[in-house]
Amino acid sequence: MTIIVERVSHRFDSLDVLADISFEVGDNEIFAVVGPSGCGKSTLLSIIGGLIEPSAGAVRVGGVSPDALNPITFVFQDFALLPWRSVATNVQLPLEHRDLPRAEMQALVNDALRRTGLVDFAEAYPKQLSGGMRQRVGIARALAVKPSILLLDEPLSALDGQTREILMEDLSQLLASTRVSAVYVTHNLDEALRLADRIAVFSRRPGRLREILEVPIPRSERMTPGAAADLAALHERLWSLIRTEAIDAEREVGHV
Amino acid sequence: MSEWPMSESPMSESRISQPRLAPVRFRGRGFVVTPRWYGGLAAFFIIIALWQAAGSLGWVSPLFLPSPLAILQALIALTASGELGQHIAASAMRIGVGWALGTSAGLALGLSMGLWGLARSIGISVVSALFPIPKIALLPLLILWLGIGEPSKIATIALGVFFPTTIATYSGVDAVPRTLIRMAQSFDLPFSAIVRKIVVPAALPSILSGFRISASIALLLVVSAEMIGADRGIGAFVLQAGNLMQTDQLLAGVVVLSIFGLIVARLIGFLEARLLAWR
Repeated sequence: MTIIVERVSHRFDSLDVLADISFEVGDNEIFAVVGPSGCGKSTLLSIIGGLIEPSAGAVRVGGVSPDALNPITFVFQDFALLPWRSVATNVQLPLEHRDLPRAEMQALVNDALRRTGLVDFAEAYPKQLSGGMRQRVGIARALAVKPSILLLDEPLSALDGQTREILMEDLSQLLASTRVSAVYVTHNLDEALRLADRIAVFSRRPGRLREILEVPIPRSERMTPGAAADLAALHERLWSLIRTEAIDAEREVGHV
Repeated sequence: MSEWPMSESPMSESRISQPRLAPVRFRGRGFVVTPRWYGGLAAFFIIIALWQAAGSLGWVSPLFLPSPLAILQALIALTASGELGQHIAASAMRIGVGWALGTSAGLALGLSMGLWGLARSIGISVVSALFPIPKIALLPLLILWLGIGEPSKIATIALGVFFPTTIATYSGVDAVPRTLIRMAQSFDLPFSAIVRKIVVPAALPSILSGFRISASIALLLVVSAEMIGADRGIGAFVLQAGNLMQTDQLLAGVVVLSIFGLIVARLIGFLEARLLAWR
């Protein structure tokens, strides 16, 4: 599954948000996007997912799996769960309008719940769950439709530090065991370094692609002591690219 | 409490130079309102008892304020004769039909205003212009159009119910979290499924609040309409009793209206408990 972003620019009324963004995400690749607040990361994700029409440029995808029920699928920052539905019926929601036999739909829901460790919570309602468990439901719902591309919009940013750490590990394993390409938008450089194969660094608004860094350590080895020094160096490099922009963006927001 | 006397405490040396220690005074008392279950019942009982005493001891004339016992006797007599039942049936029919018509139209317009731009533009202008008009003022006009019979009274109630339902539905739809709709769109849910599975359930708390308000308005309007142009119904009965100085019967009618209101509130409370259990 390939995603090609070609010269995408976007503006909201008179506000330029994205300027001339181009990159390509390969098959089974996890591509992170980092940058200061307001640089258009989430807008770009919405453009890739077809929820916003870009002012200029285009996004093309290729090699969609014929099994994919919803080839391009989002995982949302605020989980976007329906509070009046149970965990199982939330996961079932994107399957209900598809022409699937009841048994197959149930099997897809059960499989997604099993993979995300939610089997015992199938009948619970979102208000009964912690933030981490709610995001698991969001991830289960995304997996249920067998996506070819996952678009993750700061999926861990609403969680506390410990929950984030646990979910990051689980997410890393899920992405490794699933044949899927992903675009992962985050503020958190550690998340990007843990999960991504390549990391795109955006400038402040209007977001421009400053640089794409490759993480040359296999994803499975990033938690080993041997990888720590290399990851720290990459972190330093990423931070040096973002620091000034982030400070400027913060001051800009302060003046709005 | 510490196991060591102060002088033997491992910390005592460092405390020697400290000033004298005092416990922190609790300042968090009050402002936590906990209702008492017996409060309402006791207040009700005291008011009724005082009222009855005022009547029995001759403090007030039974013509101006009949005692609770006299009202109860009037209620029993009216029920036994079947007269009260006829008035209640007439009012209940008018409220039921008028509320159902007004609510259905209000739901349809409110939903349309929440979903489509043109409907919103038209709806906001029309609702803003007509909502402030006291609907009972339109009854003479409605009688001219629809006659003195049931349709004019039902139309008054329907009009009165229509506007708050429209506003509550529109507000509810407008307040549906955008992220839920984007989530549904990202899964390619069809428009009708998004309305049915996301918009309507998310707007339901606001819609049910609108029902609560519109039910009170329907009760108010049925009494007013019946006082103006009816010979049956609780409003007509109360007016007639007042004209004949039968204050015990007048207050019996008021008690019935109060029970009516309580029943409607309970019904809506039941609906909320069933439909909004997820909150």
